[in-house]
Amino acid sequence: MRYRQAIALLALVGLFVALYLWLHALGLGGPLKCGTGGCDTVQASQYAVLFGVPVAFYGVVGYLAILVVALVALRPAALLEPKWNQLLVGLATVGVLFTAYLTYLELFVIHAICRWCVGSAVVITAVWIVALVSLRSPAIRTDPAASPPPPDPRA
Amino acid sequence: MNRFYVVLAGVAVVLAIGTFTMLKSDGGGASAAATGAPPTVVDDGFRGYSLGQGDAPIEITEYLDFECPVCASFDVIQMPTIKEQLINTGKVRWRYRDYPLPNHRYSRFSAHAAQCAGAQGRFFEMLDQLFHNHQWAQTGKDPSRLFRDLAKTAGLDLNAYDQCMEEGRYAQRIEFSRQEGDQLLVNGTPTFFANGKQLNFRRLPTSDDFKAVVDSIIAQSPPKPRTAPARN
Repeated sequence: MRYRQAIALLALVGLFVALYLWLHALGLGGPLKCGTGGCDTVQASQYAVLFGVPVAFYGVVGYLAILVVALVALRPAALLEPKWNQLLVGLATVGVLFTAYLTYLELFVIHAICRWCVGSAVVITAVWIVALVSLRSPAIRTDPAASPPPPDPRA
Repeated sequence: MNRFYVVLAGVAVVLAIGTFTMLKSDGGGASAAATGAPPTVVDDGFRGYSLGQGDAPIEITEYLDFECPVCASFDVIQMPTIKEQLINTGKVRWRYRDYPLPNHRYSRFSAHAAQCAGAQGRFFEMLDQLFHNHQWAQTGKDPSRLFRDLAKTAGLDLNAYDQCMEEGRYAQRIEFSRQEGDQLLVNGTPTFFANGKQLNFRRLPTSDDFKAVVDSIIAQSPPKPRTAPARN
């Protein structure tokens, strides 16, 4: 349960990072708050748009999906089902691979680093690691064979 | 469990306020002095940065607008070949003059960024940055932060660049160039002149078109006398 809670919190942070970049890409607000980084270079590059949609939008959708799945997995009825952990690992893996591709573009094609993108990369990597660890954690056993033996009436 | 949802909601509220605050603050932006037309115009004697040898027989002057997508396309696609075949071979000296179009919001600002780069001896590096990263011209958003990034990439001293942009130091020079273009009946960008005579192409010219023009001029007329330094 703790792992799913951690994933939900991380996804919430990632969601707002992606939301900020997406709203900026839509022309809302002033320049990106980026310090001395190259956020505007990255955002103005041809790679900032994929299939006609700002890349940040895919981040919003991805983090929202992870958040929703994590919250659904926190329902009491779902706590004992390991399939939710597998689904979270799958979503996080897609996110990590997409982020790795974007980071490659920043470093070797655009030659500029967007601090918000780095922040998002850290968040999705953390989600992925927590999701992987959750797979290895011992599941709560509910089958009768694993239940503790009933107290001995003769005792 | 309930405590977790309270924490989650609290974090969501804090993040939402932070996002809203960051979107609402403008964080500076393009200085008015470098963005608008100056109230007065003076001739400082500057006639544009140029590429090529001073004794090149042909001088081609290009009136350009940095926000113009056709100018960017021409610079990115055609200029490398023109440099290789015509400028580096000593046949052509290529001069850049500003002609900011009134319908482009950041034309003067981008021209000013290039002039401020020129003050540091990096006009051509900044020109390349502005044209090779031309997506800024299609977003309609304030490009001042991006231009600082580009200036940094072009190797500029950012403190001097910031001061130059804030003062609008070359706004009059840019306006002088535009008025000069008006007098020469420039009515769009890019517009080209070869040894002072306007070139009329039926479409965006290619490097082959310029090669044909240059070959034609060289074949028909004696070389131009030596007058100017190689690059200013």
